[in-house]
Amino acid sequence: MTSRQFVMLCLLPLAIFTMAFLALPLARLIMGSGESEAGWGIYLQILQKPRYLSALLQTVTVSVAVTFAALAISTTAGLFLVRNQFAGRGILLSILTLPLAFPGVVVGFMIILLGGRQGLVNSLLPGHWVFAYSVFGLFLGYLYFSIPRVLLTVMAAAEKIDPALEEAALTLGATPYRIIMDVLLPALAPALVAAGAIAFATAMGAFGTAFTLATDIDVLPMVIYTEFTLSANFAMASALSVVLGLVTWAMLLIARAFSGGTVAAGG
Amino acid sequence: MLKSPAKLLQLLVTLAACAFLLVPTLQSVLAGVTVNYFQGISSGLTLSWIGEVWELYSDSIFLSIRLALACLAVTLVLGVPAAYALARNPGRASRILEEFISLPLAIPGLALALALLQLYGSVRGFRVNWTFILVGHVLYTLPFMVRSVLSVLAAIDLKTLEEGAASLGASPARRFVDIVVPNALPGILAGALTVVTLSIGEFNLTWMLHTPLTKTLPVGLADSYASMRLEIASAYTLVFFVMIVPLLMAMQWASARAQRIMQ
Repeated sequence: MTSRQFVMLCLLPLAIFTMAFLALPLARLIMGSGESEAGWGIYLQILQKPRYLSALLQTVTVSVAVTFAALAISTTAGLFLVRNQFAGRGILLSILTLPLAFPGVVVGFMIILLGGRQGLVNSLLPGHWVFAYSVFGLFLGYLYFSIPRVLLTVMAAAEKIDPALEEAALTLGATPYRIIMDVLLPALAPALVAAGAIAFATAMGAFGTAFTLATDIDVLPMVIYTEFTLSANFAMASALSVVLGLVTWAMLLIARAFSGGTVAAGG
Repeated sequence: MLKSPAKLLQLLVTLAACAFLLVPTLQSVLAGVTVNYFQGISSGLTLSWIGEVWELYSDSIFLSIRLALACLAVTLVLGVPAAYALARNPGRASRILEEFISLPLAIPGLALALALLQLYGSVRGFRVNWTFILVGHVLYTLPFMVRSVLSVLAAIDLKTLEEGAASLGASPARRFVDIVVPNALPGILAGALTVVTLSIGEFNLTWMLHTPLTKTLPVGLADSYASMRLEIASAYTLVFFVMIVPLLMAMQWASARAQRIMQ
């Protein structure tokens, strides 16, 4: 066997698996979306029927809000952890990256423990404070799994910024505020775009967290789930999945264009 | 350290974020070992909730471990040789293939699961078997294995090493076993730990692919959140933490190590 033949043979198992379980199913999903009476017009229906359109808008709104909140919190914390060495820094970093391995359902349960009927806030404050199953609860859940992902991207980029730039700005008389606005944020901009795109994509596609918290909220993954399981409207479930998949895929392509790696989209 | 108010504000934001992430996890640990969470810790500590979780859900825990190990085996067999092939042919076709197998990172698991269900859902023997979930887990974790191994192989001078071995008469298969695999080991280790960690925690695909007889740990968690009392749900979450946190730490250690070796 020649070297070239051996290399091709190495690729064969993966090629077969990918063809059978990724390429063909995705093709089936796309074809399946056109199999209802509406045909390919089903994609028009998403924009015409208030139920789908409002779910789409609500999902985008929550995801955008989470993206900006996670960027603000994680950039602040990330810059602090990169620029300061102190006892306990490692522990703080471990805490902030801990949720990376939590499935979306566990994140949802964390929010129930904070804002459910037996939750921390309700037991500490007087009156009735149950927000776990509201849009705000969903926002907190998405924020919970977005903070670690954004933090890692921001910290990796911040470590590459030359501290001499800040020192130069300082000797030229710049205030800390001006240093952040004129030196750090421009240098971090590509990483912030990448991290924001990842956070947005993850929030758009988050099923586990929504499954635990959004029993009464129409976000896209929950609508797809109910269309498929309860309404048995396979064509619409497929069409919505295709739209969702295209949006998240485009977001991650943007992220890739602005920085090297991508972090797993779970939640 | 805290010379300016800006620094202080940064510290406060960092601590608030830590509290937001850590407090509910501690609550869940505490609730899992408290006799009655509503009455508080004064009702006493107990391991009986953990025992009850074991009785109710030990099957799902074992299925998740079995799935994770099977997923690891499959991703090793599919992923390591493929990463080698991609490293040997760093061209446009390789880039496209790498992008394509990475699609499951970009497309939500729910959509992938629907795609699998529509194509294979009617194949009865396969649909109700645990290997149906395995396929989903392999789809989701395979890109991590391939990329982890590929990034290590791309950082070494594979061609020269192989030419040296070839000039001494080593066959392609021999070179793969004796040169490629040992050099790729840090990447294989990091990839393996990532695969196991992600497989044990996978929910989005698994929820759609599972049947009442093939419940995994996260599926059981969702079940307990919906229908069990808070103490049992918390105890089950505690069991999950005990499994996943050491894996996460090992994964982060192995990834950092692989990065160091590459430099």
